[in-house]
Amino acid sequence: MAQAANSEPSANAFASVQTLIEGLAGVGYIASRRIATALYMAVNLQKPILVEGVAGVGKTELALSTAKLLDLPLIRMQCYEGLDESKALYEWKYGKQLLYTQILKDRMGAELADAQGMDEAMERLHGMGDMFFSEPFLEPRPLMKALREDDGCVLLIDEIDKSDEAFEAFLLEVLSAYQASVPELGVIKAKTPPIVFLTSNNVRDLGDALKRRCLHLHIPLPEASLERQIVASRVPDIEARLNHQLVGFVHALRELDLRKSPSISETVDWARALILMHADSLEPSLVRDTLNVILKFEQDIEAVEPQVSELLRTAEASA
Amino acid sequence: MQHQMEDFIRALRAADVGVSPAEAIDAHEAVARIGYADRELLKDALCATLAKSEDEVARFDRAFDNFFARSAFDLGEPPPEEGQASEPEAKLEDVSEEAAGSQLAQMILQGDANGLAQAIEKAGQDAQVSEIRLSTQKSRLTRRLLDELGVTEIEKIIAQARRLEDPGGEGLAKRLEAGKRALAAEAQRYVQRQHDLYAAESGRQLREELLARKALNAEGGIDPVDLQVMQALVRKMAKRLADRYSRRRNRAKKGHLDVRRTLRQSMAYGGVPFNVVWKTERVDKPKIVAICDVSKSVAATAQFLLTFLYSLNEVVDRLDAFAFSGRMIPVNQILDEHGVDKAILEVLRRIGFQQTDYGKALEDFAENHLDSLDRHTTVIFLGDARSNYADPRLDIMRTIHERSRSVIWLNPEPESYWSQGDSVMTRYLPFCHLAKTCNTLDQLERIIEDVLRQYVPH
Repeated sequence: MAQAANSEPSANAFASVQTLIEGLAGVGYIASRRIATALYMAVNLQKPILVEGVAGVGKTELALSTAKLLDLPLIRMQCYEGLDESKALYEWKYGKQLLYTQILKDRMGAELADAQGMDEAMERLHGMGDMFFSEPFLEPRPLMKALREDDGCVLLIDEIDKSDEAFEAFLLEVLSAYQASVPELGVIKAKTPPIVFLTSNNVRDLGDALKRRCLHLHIPLPEASLERQIVASRVPDIEARLNHQLVGFVHALRELDLRKSPSISETVDWARALILMHADSLEPSLVRDTLNVILKFEQDIEAVEPQVSELLRTAEASA
Repeated sequence: MQHQMEDFIRALRAADVGVSPAEAIDAHEAVARIGYADRELLKDALCATLAKSEDEVARFDRAFDNFFARSAFDLGEPPPEEGQASEPEAKLEDVSEEAAGSQLAQMILQGDANGLAQAIEKAGQDAQVSEIRLSTQKSRLTRRLLDELGVTEIEKIIAQARRLEDPGGEGLAKRLEAGKRALAAEAQRYVQRQHDLYAAESGRQLREELLARKALNAEGGIDPVDLQVMQALVRKMAKRLADRYSRRRNRAKKGHLDVRRTLRQSMAYGGVPFNVVWKTERVDKPKIVAICDVSKSVAATAQFLLTFLYSLNEVVDRLDAFAFSGRMIPVNQILDEHGVDKAILEVLRRIGFQQTDYGKALEDFAENHLDSLDRHTTVIFLGDARSNYADPRLDIMRTIHERSRSVIWLNPEPESYWSQGDSVMTRYLPFCHLAKTCNTLDQLERIIEDVLRQYVPH
């Protein structure tokens, strides 16, 4: 019963791209058509989706929202240099194995006591050995967990570009066949393939083999109207006028040559900050005081500060 | 539609969007699911399956719009309607038997736009227009397409119709003439589109390739038109190199047991070595000190060397960049603070185009920056070693040589010039691990790659 209830919203949301956009909006993610189409294709073709874009455009958020929309558990794996199989797929619970062998030492001794000769003792030991390499001693890591979710799940492999090339190669089996091999247990295959998101900040170029197995989605910085919608959805208290000014100003900032252009998450943070300060319109002094919310480099802030009034005017004009 | 998709994928490949057979299959599956009805949906879905990077997405968008642009065929004037008073017109049958059998002429007279569009498409395939590679082939291919289409036939009919005694002959000839013009125009458009689809990108690639091989210190320098392309190339190059070499990796070296760490890990399991730890090899990020000559004699090259430094500075963490002509200054800060064009101008404004003095420059370096050299450092000199007969300060060169891991000299002049005139290259040679001629972007990339691979500590 529970499963039927779970799958119902998913079936509806994924009926068409339009319903998907509406569904995502319902959980607070304003998706452009291209984003929704890519997600729609990923679910329908059962392919992982590789999401690229600068930091803060909502790559991770997309996965979170999808999980929320489908009411599926989200399993998240953060990649970093040195991440390997034992941290991503599974590990044996060595401590537990050791503890059990210690406790069962006497039992084993008793079992083996009446064995005739070495050969038979060995034979019995072989039978026991596999006990310690079985499910109870398996410590599943994110990938394994995702494969064993029988009702499906959303698997988020975050910042895949930070991982090593070797790990990327290891992922290929999981991503193309939704299965993984554990030498002691055999192949573990997902009953319901998870919806896989990989995100990348383009720290390094990913291998072609990985790219080939994934659908690709590049999320650009949004157009002003879309960004206003996003701000309005994330910060419902904001007034339309302030929203206009704010987004206009951020867009003017993105035209400048900055070390780190503000992305959507910064816009939203700024909107929240302004609401907290009970601001209802952007004043140059207010902007100067809160510039550190949207700009993350001292040099950027220094460069922008003298231009604030001018930028506000252009933002006003374009809005 | 199968055929359409194949052509589209070919167009994508021509536009430098790599499409593997597996991806082509994905695309077919995607199309099977969503159909051709919604153009935007089709575009987004194909984009997700076929374009795999930001650049590719941009190229995909262009190719898609180009490929699926189908302008309605414009026949000029509509055929006169029945009963309408019009010029007397002869029938094709009156002209000759041949004319009566001409399908093309009939289509023109009936105003069958779809039929004609199809005929052009077919003739285009027969004339192999999509094999177009260069823009200069356009007019020849248009001609060939029209021949395949059977325009000569129409011309013949027109001539015959004009010779008819019947006054309607002239009317028929006029209509056919107008049709022929419309066909020619459409054929031109068709060829243009094929060119945009299959050749425009390869033309650009060809240009980039030529530029990459062009000598930077060539007579007259680099054409300003090419400057932008050049700088984009340089940036791409630097990014590619940094991608490959800037990450530090711990490589497992199986076979060498790390006893210390294995023992420590085994403590948790009562001394039983469950986890065996192997010794790993640490690959360091390269540390590079780049010293760039920006004097008059290498002015043309200096710009690109600086662009290269600039791009490398963006992607390699540990790069110390210096520039000199008379005196030497560190330029890291300038490169950090400004955009590429401004940074280069700023460097040139401060110290550029003066009399070169390698000795003085080396003195400046020795005085202030010798500390930045250690046994992990690779020093790259970019310059022609023409020192205006001043003291080359070989002693400082020797110190640099001794202190750093390796010294590499990239000289824009060919080797045969190295000992001529005021060049002290041959005297510096003993203190360089590697000295090479480098005056095209291609060479620059290859050498820097070698440098990173061999002379940077592993």
